[in-house]
Amino acid sequence: MTMIFGIPLQAFLGQLLIGLINGSFYALLSLGLAVIFGLLRVINFAHGAQYMLGAFVAMLMLQYLGINYWFALVLAPLVVGLFGAIIERTMLSRLYDLDPLYGLLFTFGLALTIEGTFRYFYGSSGQPYNVPAALAGGTNLGFMFLPIYRGWVVVISLIACIGTWLLIEKTKLGAYLRAATENPTLVQAFGVNVPLLLTLTYGLGAALAAFAGVLAAPVYQVSPLMGSNIIIVVFAVVVVGGMGSIMGAILTGYMLGIAEGLTKVFYPEASNIVIFVIMAIVLLIRPAGLFGRDA
Amino acid sequence: MAKALLEVSNLNAWYGESHVLHGVNMTVGEGETITILGRNGVGKTTTLRTIMGIIRQRKGEIRFAGKDMLGVALHRTAHAGLGFVPEERGIFSTLTVEENLLLPPVVAEGGMPLEEIYALFPNLKERRGSPGTKLSGGEQQMLAMARILRTGVRLLILDEPTEGLAPVIVQRIGEVLKTLKQRGMTVLLVEQNFRFASRIADRFYLMDHGQMVSEFPVGELPQRMDMLNKVLGV
Repeated sequence: MTMIFGIPLQAFLGQLLIGLINGSFYALLSLGLAVIFGLLRVINFAHGAQYMLGAFVAMLMLQYLGINYWFALVLAPLVVGLFGAIIERTMLSRLYDLDPLYGLLFTFGLALTIEGTFRYFYGSSGQPYNVPAALAGGTNLGFMFLPIYRGWVVVISLIACIGTWLLIEKTKLGAYLRAATENPTLVQAFGVNVPLLLTLTYGLGAALAAFAGVLAAPVYQVSPLMGSNIIIVVFAVVVVGGMGSIMGAILTGYMLGIAEGLTKVFYPEASNIVIFVIMAIVLLIRPAGLFGRDA
Repeated sequence: MAKALLEVSNLNAWYGESHVLHGVNMTVGEGETITILGRNGVGKTTTLRTIMGIIRQRKGEIRFAGKDMLGVALHRTAHAGLGFVPEERGIFSTLTVEENLLLPPVVAEGGMPLEEIYALFPNLKERRGSPGTKLSGGEQQMLAMARILRTGVRLLILDEPTEGLAPVIVQRIGEVLKTLKQRGMTVLLVEQNFRFASRIADRFYLMDHGQMVSEFPVGELPQRMDMLNKVLGV
């Protein structure tokens, strides 16, 4: 059997894949958080709840309306994005003139409310969501067995991340967004409807979280607590990457996912804390984060 | 005087608790270039920012082309035909020069096409791919003006366009403003540089303690020099 660093190659590659998959979710979620924080200056504690909502909307659409995975992958982010936009327009937008802590407290309260409501109706235990038939099964790559759905998650989330990055860095809408991040008043004085831009941005962030939620539904179970489990790690990812840096959030998501996976191979006991250890070290050496600019 | 494009009467403005504009009255005619003079801290920048709608705590009357501007939201002000070049220039560092140039939405026909802007400011064309804030101070000022010219606004509001710039750049900005004037653009600017202002302005307003204290055409500048030097403490 082939060995690498004294570890069977298959175990190494298997954990690398798990790391990549977790990293995909970290990247999608921290990307949304970074976009929202960059423009709205709000630390969106409801991000985990919006991720959970994406998974639930997909599951409920299948149960009650017979809408399959492929449509859910488009519809659930739209539903959750719209929900986010309504929340921003009617509630969150009233807090921008106050201390940033209010935005944080509001989204934290929102997350507790959403998660509490779902726990009341669906309990804490997870519910299964089947892998779509087209992506069921696996394939033998020769050196390892690859479940097709997991490969799909890695590819599609990479596409979603790059797509979002292109939207922000290469389009007119993205230019408005970047400019408004720097100086919202001036952009507004130029005739751009910045309040609408803020609403769209929050909706986009929520939609990205929901997209990750739908992708996660067949991998993990659909449970009201799935968001609060992952969001703590995602916040650590954002801190390591640097608040407000789009590419930084994406790269750090994948990097930390892989670091976590590989720690499971080399020193399994530390795998749950490795991300936080990295966070502590980064905070000591580069408080603004790996890709952050000093504020 | 030409038909009034901008009429400001009894304009008051506040920063929180502090009352900074105490009944500003002024008129800017169509096609005129008006300069507001005054010492530091008398409310010149505040006047521009209040007309633009950036300062929302305001009372009085602002009419632009006959339209009452007080109830107009900030993001609708530009669409009414007002363009603003702030004192700090407001070039965005995360945008390239060209992205900065194309950022403000076109609000009316008659704006300068991109090719013409590049002809007027060849430096900007050369450096269109670099980040906006990598330009020199003079180039950033050119960029800040150029991006407003594209939008087709009728009134260009400039806050100290020559501040901190080398004489050769100041001269260049003067030429640009003269070109704009020939094209019929109306300009309202705050300026400390007398010599510069006297070459381009049609009329002056002198400001003190949040009010306009006198108003005179450029022809009266020589006979008022003593008074101005005293008031401005030059």
